[in-house]
Amino acid sequence: MSISLGGVPAAAELPDVLPPRSERGRAMRFVLRYPTIVAGGSLLAIMVFIAIFAPWLGTRNPESISPIHRLLNPGAGHWFGTDMLGRDVYSRVLYGSRVSLGVGFSVAILASAIGMTIGVVSGFVRWLDMVLMRIMDGLMAIPGILLAIALMALTRGSVYNVVIAITIPQVPTVARLVRGVVLSLREQPFVEAAVASGTRLPKIMYKHIVPNTMAPLTVQATYICASAMVIEAILSFIGAGTPPTIPSWGNIMAEGRALWQIKPYIVFFPAVFLSITVLAVNLLGDGLRDALDPRLAKRL
Amino acid sequence: MSAHLIEVNALVKHFPLKGGLFGGRRGAVHAVDGVTFHIDRGETLSLVGESGCGKSTVGRAVLRLLDPTDGEVWLDGERIDNLPAGKLRPLRRRMQVVFQDPFSSLNPRLSVGQIVAEPIVNFGLASGSELWDRVAGLMDKVQLPRDAMKRLPHEFSGGQRQRIGIARALAPGADIIVCDEAVSALDVSVKAQIVNLLADLQDELGLALMFISHDLAIVEHLTHRVAVMYLGKIVEIADRRTLFASPHHPYTRALLSAVPVPDPSVKRQRMILKGDVPSPINPPSGCRFHTRCPFAFDRCRSEEPELRPRAAGQSSACHLDVVPAAA
Repeated sequence: MSISLGGVPAAAELPDVLPPRSERGRAMRFVLRYPTIVAGGSLLAIMVFIAIFAPWLGTRNPESISPIHRLLNPGAGHWFGTDMLGRDVYSRVLYGSRVSLGVGFSVAILASAIGMTIGVVSGFVRWLDMVLMRIMDGLMAIPGILLAIALMALTRGSVYNVVIAITIPQVPTVARLVRGVVLSLREQPFVEAAVASGTRLPKIMYKHIVPNTMAPLTVQATYICASAMVIEAILSFIGAGTPPTIPSWGNIMAEGRALWQIKPYIVFFPAVFLSITVLAVNLLGDGLRDALDPRLAKRL
Repeated sequence: MSAHLIEVNALVKHFPLKGGLFGGRRGAVHAVDGVTFHIDRGETLSLVGESGCGKSTVGRAVLRLLDPTDGEVWLDGERIDNLPAGKLRPLRRRMQVVFQDPFSSLNPRLSVGQIVAEPIVNFGLASGSELWDRVAGLMDKVQLPRDAMKRLPHEFSGGQRQRIGIARALAPGADIIVCDEAVSALDVSVKAQIVNLLADLQDELGLALMFISHDLAIVEHLTHRVAVMYLGKIVEIADRRTLFASPHHPYTRALLSAVPVPDPSVKRQRMILKGDVPSPINPPSGCRFHTRCPFAFDRCRSEEPELRPRAAGQSSACHLDVVPAAA
């Protein structure tokens, strides 16, 4: 009952084929291999740094009005100039990053968490799947910005309400993505093997299913973060978002809009910051997508 | 009920075909249509046949990874095909599975140690340091180094991963392991190692194996008995020697004549089947093999042959008592 193999040894040793490399070599290889992650990550890190340390970066109170100094051009005293109320645009833009990043990250986390729950439940519970997915279809049928405007119209303007209004239209995309991944994971032999090993359903979900949805979910979350920041700016710009007392990039642009032809810098600086941040997040997302699973490139 | 470890009686599995606007039922895939066999303790039964003949479905129904449409499955005197999930779970300890694809059968996010420990934890067989001693013992049994426990599955080759899968199947102390094409995805030399490992483990632990394969050359090396399936039915079941030496059913003969002989000087008469396997949605009337059988006659088209004993330990489902040597 044995097949002779002419001296082929059993698998006993697992030799380390690759010699150990230096830390610096590893960092360098990472940069070369995933340039988009490094570029996007560092840009985003700079933005996060700015948002956290805004009070110590040579700013003054972004809300203090000084009519004598209104509409000053960018210069030594006011690096980005001042607006029609004499407020320092540099300070306002730096403080505005707190709103944008805060909204972006909160929406990404909230939408991922809610969408994930809905996706896992509808991937596992057949009869709920129909109900939940029809609700998601309904939400998807309404353009995200319109839905957010409608939701804002129903509530008072506050940053929390902005986060909720932007999150709701983002949930269906996450739910659909997670549901699809769950449905394909369910058929994987390792899940069947877990069933055969007597694993109960809740444990199969959190141990075998959920961890394997993390890679596509992370990628999706970065895209949601980017679009949430854009939507927040749009809502603020049209006056349906963050209350005007809080400086946000959308608010600053909205206030500078009337003076666009004579004082373009009021709109220009927040726009540049918004573009760079969104670009950073999208670069990071693209890089993560390629790094986590090259096959995802086709699915998303 | 009897002394057999596994007993399968008239097992039927139909997969409904849904379609149309309202998801109405349009028919069914007759994956398995009345299969009966048994496996004793410490015995290997191989289930062989072409792709799509229902052999994997039989394996999955025995494991209750899917619910049979009809028929009975008994495990050591206890009927399991209709047990509710709660009562079935403790019995799952006794039946384990090794899958074909060593790349998708291990959760890529768990360490090898966690994978192998999972069934032990589920059945509450050990915990704490005893658990890891047990996992380490299993690594020794499947001839993997103990430090493999800390690594992730993607660090291993196909053959090593299959060893991990076998360690997981051994972990709860199963009585029977269903090997669903367990070596088909491996290289020839690795395949032989895994087959030898399974044979050694069977000798050591008194395991029963249900070996699902399309590879008769491998089956010949480790099986006690062979069941040949065609379109959801067993056409011949016999012990290894009898089946390989004097196959009765024309389909078995065709399968055996397709096994390559590693000796170019051997000249033999090949029996080559024409056409494809018919659709299991509309299986042929009478004998399901009649559309491709070189010896088919009128009775084959109308009347379905029963499995009848031929020689000692051999049964075959054919209307012919003596099958001619060649067409």
